Amino acid sequence: MLTIKNLHAAVEGTPILRGINLEVKPGEVHAIMGPNGSGKSTLASVLAGREEYEVTEGEVIFKGKDLLDLAPEDRAREGVFLAFQYPVEIPGVSSTNFLRTALNQVREYRGQEPLDAVKFLSLMKEKMKLVEIDQKLLSRSLNEGFSGGEKKRNEIFQMAMLEPTLSILDETDSGLDIDALRIVSNGVNKLKSPDTATIVVTHYQRLLEYIVPDFVHVLYKGQIVKSGTKDLALELEAKGYDWIKEEVDAAV
Amino acid sequence: MSKDNQILEEFTSKEYEHGWSVNYEADEAPLGLNEEIIRWISAKKEEPQWLLDWRLKAFRAWEAMEEPEWANVTYPKVDFQKLRYYSAPKQTKKPKSLDEIDPELLAIYERLGISLNEQKRLQGIAVDAVLDSVSVATTFKGTLAKLGIVFCSFSEAVKEHPELVKKYLGSVVPMTDNYYAALNSAVFSDGSFCYIPKGVRCPMELSTYFRINAANTGQFERTLIVAEDESYVSYLEGCTAPQRDENQLHAAVVEIYAGAHAEVKYSTVQNWFPGDKDGKGGIYNFVTKRGICAGDHSKISWTQVETGSAVTWKYPSCILKGDNSIGEFYSVAVTNNMQQADTGTKMIHIGKNTKSRIVSKGISAGKSQNSYRGQVQVMKRASNARNFSQCDSLLMGDRCGAHTFPYIDIQNPSAKVEHEATTSKIGEDQIFYCNQRGISTEDAVALIVNGYAKEVLNQLPMEFAVEAQKLLALTLEGSVG
Ligand SMILES: Nc1ncnc2c1ncn2[C@@H]1O[C@H](COP(=O)(O)OP(=O)(O)OP(=O)(O)O)[C@@H](O)[C@H]1O
Ligand SMILES: [Mg+2]
Repeated sequence: MLTIKNLHAAVEGTPILRGINLEVKPGEVHAIMGPNGSGKSTLASVLAGREEYEVTEGEVIFKGKDLLDLAPEDRAREGVFLAFQYPVEIPGVSSTNFLRTALNQVREYRGQEPLDAVKFLSLMKEKMKLVEIDQKLLSRSLNEGFSGGEKKRNEIFQMAMLEPTLSILDETDSGLDIDALRIVSNGVNKLKSPDTATIVVTHYQRLLEYIVPDFVHVLYKGQIVKSGTKDLALELEAKGYDWIKEEVDAAV
Repeated sequence: MSKDNQILEEFTSKEYEHGWSVNYEADEAPLGLNEEIIRWISAKKEEPQWLLDWRLKAFRAWEAMEEPEWANVTYPKVDFQKLRYYSAPKQTKKPKSLDEIDPELLAIYERLGISLNEQKRLQGIAVDAVLDSVSVATTFKGTLAKLGIVFCSFSEAVKEHPELVKKYLGSVVPMTDNYYAALNSAVFSDGSFCYIPKGVRCPMELSTYFRINAANTGQFERTLIVAEDESYVSYLEGCTAPQRDENQLHAAVVEIYAGAHAEVKYSTVQNWFPGDKDGKGGIYNFVTKRGICAGDHSKISWTQVETGSAVTWKYPSCILKGDNSIGEFYSVAVTNNMQQADTGTKMIHIGKNTKSRIVSKGISAGKSQNSYRGQVQVMKRASNARNFSQCDSLLMGDRCGAHTFPYIDIQNPSAKVEHEATTSKIGEDQIFYCNQRGISTEDAVALIVNGYAKEVLNQLPMEFAVEAQKLLALTLEGSVG
């Protein structure tokens, strides 16, 4: 589904990603861990098409297409979804209105009819249950004044509405209370299918108890320096990153 | 290059949609302005002597006045002797129904998306259409007449209801109020007149569409709305003008009178030709709009969505004379390319317990300049006066400007006046967030801008709100990649 080959990216001339290689197949869950500032969010942003990040080398193939060639909105319409680490506030625009605009543009791209108000609302109701999100939150301005946890939950609600093929969750667990973590993870699990894949960026093993990864990768200084199974996450939880940093830094 | 800058670079302002003009035989005044011309206009309109005298008095006052220069706008001086002050579509006799209207005139409205027939049939809006200087059609008169409501062209009101016109004309905006109001008083061509009798709630939105057509014709409408005690009316004004190379002057006067417990809502959507992206052409819009809450517990509410004109100079105001009266001003002003807008309001608190609310949302893009100028005045007698002002500015790119000039003058210590102001930039991160959900950049801008202006748009009647939303999007279209 997704193939990342030797991906290099820079911000304002400073290289941040330095040769990422990753293969994600349908049905898989990949966890990406790594110390602060190692480039996890940068990788997510590059995949989603954020303009400040300049790709200097490498390629990304998504469902047979050159992902880097597509505009950000077209990547989304092709099925790439990014749950933001810091969701953005849009005053005066309700989640409902926002999502309806988004969903209908995605549908148009896929050659589907737009959803009328009735169908849209019933779809919303169905998906609201999945992440146990309150209607009241959705009629407020998008993310404005939302608590940290509410913002994250709203990201997963949007994911449920848009039904992406590849979801990238950037620290969706941070800010969630214990119950919310369980609810949101359950939601993500219910949305999984043999045709979809998930990349979860997290600092904590706890999330991975709910969303069980097939692979765990450690990103450090813009490279994937170690990959393993979910046991690697347990090991990191116990030992921290120093041993990996030492290994890598010694090799340089 | 950051995305903001790129948005700017790609500011290829869409050509103005309503830019065309129709050839019809105009019955027009010679160029220039002098007493003779004023007599000519008055005679052409078969006006009574008192009105001619009133015009002449205004003209003499205007001659002694100086063009104001305090507004934050710059434009080449208007040569008033090179303008034509009257231009009417030629018609042999007065139309009795829509069927008798010149089909070419009707076609203009069709192209503007306002079919009178459609309006009449579907929307239940009474439309008094002003083309250049003469009202060409008035609909729904019958329904309104039954309630004692008068809604007609100004010229017709002069003929049919001279006592009302005489009583209220110039009572809210005196002929010598300001340079442009004096000019208007001298040469006003036509406009709308609306009278709601005591205790009557007008059952439909009253609507006027203005349009400037003949080249070099200054348009000087005069609107007078009188709402007697305990009455209610919602009045809509929409404007478009075809594209021209020379700047066209527009100096209208709107007067509103509200009796005790009366309420008047006045909504404007203005999209006159703003000039091309280099600032060539476009309308100069110098308008005086003022309402008086004459009776206790009366209310006047101005809502405006300003997207057009090259230069806008406009301050819809409320004189809160009656005790417990309320004045409101809700405004969205968008400027793009080389447009300049200096707009705002004045709230004059005279009565006790008077309240005013000001919500101004400026949006600047391109190299435009957008200024809010607001005055809140609390007179000695106005105990417990309240004002709340919220003035927000949204900037797109870094070559435009937003300015706020609040003037506060309080002569009664019990007054409570609050002023809030914010300036924000349309964020790259907001646009990217929308993109990431599959929304194109252009639609993202429309969504964000409409969200920003929501509090004002909510004040508009439904069908107007939809039009205004589209207009905002259209004005900023091409501003993004
Ligand atoms: N727009 C930017 N301008 C300058 N530096 C940037 C920018 N974006 C990211 N960086 C830098 O790139 C590096 C990687 O940042 P990134 O956000 O990808 O880290 P991360 O792995 O997601 O960290 P965290 O775990 O703290 O979320 C950091 O050093 C960061 O400061
Ligand atoms: Mg991060």
